[in-house]
Amino acid sequence: MSKKYDAGVKEYRDTYWTPEYVPLDTDLLACFKCTGQEGVPREEVAAAVAAESSTGTWSTVWSELLTDLEFYKGRCYRIEDVPGDPEAFYAFIAYPLDLFEEGSITNVLTSLVGNVFGFKALRHLRLEDIRFPIAFIKTCGGPPNGIVVERDRLNKYGRPLLGCTIKPKLGLSGKNYGRVVYECLRGGLDLTKDDENINSQPFQRWRERFEFVAEAVKLAQQETGEVKGHYLNCTANTPEELYERAEFAKELDMPIIMHDYITGGFTANTGLANWCRKNGMLLHIHRAMHAVIDRHPKHGIHFRVLAKCLRLSGGDQLHTGTVVGKLEGDRQTTLGYIDNLRESFVPEDRSRGNFFDQDWGSMPGVFAVASGGIHVWHMPALLAIFGDDSCLQFGGGTHGHPWGSAAGAAANRVALEACVKARNAGREIEKESRDILMEAAKHSPELAIALETWKEIKFEFDTVDKLDVQG
Amino acid sequence: MPFQSTVGDYQTVATLETFGFLPPMTQEEIYDQIAYIIAQGWSPVIEHVHPSGSMQTYWSYWKLPFFGEKDLNLIVSELEACHRAYPDHHVRIIGYDAYTQSQGTAFVVFQGR
Repeated sequence: MSKKYDAGVKEYRDTYWTPEYVPLDTDLLACFKCTGQEGVPREEVAAAVAAESSTGTWSTVWSELLTDLEFYKGRCYRIEDVPGDPEAFYAFIAYPLDLFEEGSITNVLTSLVGNVFGFKALRHLRLEDIRFPIAFIKTCGGPPNGIVVERDRLNKYGRPLLGCTIKPKLGLSGKNYGRVVYECLRGGLDLTKDDENINSQPFQRWRERFEFVAEAVKLAQQETGEVKGHYLNCTANTPEELYERAEFAKELDMPIIMHDYITGGFTANTGLANWCRKNGMLLHIHRAMHAVIDRHPKHGIHFRVLAKCLRLSGGDQLHTGTVVGKLEGDRQTTLGYIDNLRESFVPEDRSRGNFFDQDWGSMPGVFAVASGGIHVWHMPALLAIFGDDSCLQFGGGTHGHPWGSAAGAAANRVALEACVKARNAGREIEKESRDILMEAAKHSPELAIALETWKEIKFEFDTVDKLDVQG
Repeated sequence: MPFQSTVGDYQTVATLETFGFLPPMTQEEIYDQIAYIIAQGWSPVIEHVHPSGSMQTYWSYWKLPFFGEKDLNLIVSELEACHRAYPDHHVRIIGYDAYTQSQGTAFVVFQGR
């Protein structure tokens, strides 16, 4: 039915608050935590969010009548209380599939977390979760290889991967840097990593780093008889540079490269993931800047959304926090989003912060990377939390060993294998952690010294961003 | 006074992936790991290779994968039979997961010479 043009300003809720709407399987669903300005009704705030993140603008405009906006508009279909927070509420919004370009995470985020976040009627706004419809997921490339292929390439089964970031993070020459890589890999780690802020600085240009690291990786592989790798950070200031670095890593026959997906941007990331898929290269993803966006409990984007977006944009490994180390992260929440990185179906579970059922179809899984302030004493808890499809990364917890990085690496490897063996044999590894590690140390002086070195180090601070539960 | 350093010398060792850094397992410990494979619903697979080929992707199958086999003793006796037939080869057991088309676990039970 055609409508008449009626100029003026209508309340958003007249058009965008539709509690009777039943979302379609093809809709993209979002849950926002909204905190409105005082005196603005919830329905109006929620409808404003739906409008401003989809088709609406503040005024009625004549050109709306040239199309059928009922077909394109986002709709708020449900409002819920936030447990333990009287001023905020959840708004559930359904967006028709055709609002988004196929395969473009950039496009989804430009709509959902665009102008609406600066909207004056809101005090705070946080995107808590997105349910991507399978119809959209099928248009995304996703992880260039995925967990299964990565295991086959690296020949690692039945245990988490073991990695380490090279330290000091800045200031080493290429040759010295390669030495540290060699020490870690010959000591028993599977993978080493460029720190995220290593790009191509005056003290160490990228080409020099790549060449020395490649030599270190090949030598360690030859001497240990195991498959080794190093995440060569290809993050650069232009896409052209990014691809040049990736091409060179391939020329050196390296198995894995690295990208920082938030500072680098989703467009760059998706492009690089496509390159990796074409070139048989594994892709490790760092997440610098995430805490700026995801840490405030009332404003920004929850990391579970950023994690889902990365799985769609493409990456074979993604940093997820450690729960136990020096960086922020609550256990249940972390389990909630690592499920979304690795599983093919994740059911709604508010106790893990997942607001929707999420069907991933045949999209490959992403390894969860636990990195930051962890050491051998954390190993049992890390294995219990992250399981086998993870990469445990020790920086100071490798290099800080009194005998050096190779012995530190061996200590990590012994601790990990002792925990895996104990778990498989039916032992409760978290409860019996001390016994398991002490027994293993009897056969490994490297581990015995590591246990002694880090026995008092804990990071016991309360989590800033907790799940919303009645306390 | 002679110089004494507290720093030890770490010597690189050639290892065979998972459990390569642990001392050889006792028979009972190996049984526990095989029981774990069976309990996960994975199919046991036995593979062997001459040590010179340990980095190859493909090792030789011993017979065929033991699809759906739940009998721990049978797997143990097959491992031993493989070791007897190829005493100088590495022999590993794999827990094969047909759902993921991946190996749930894999480790070397007998090291060749």
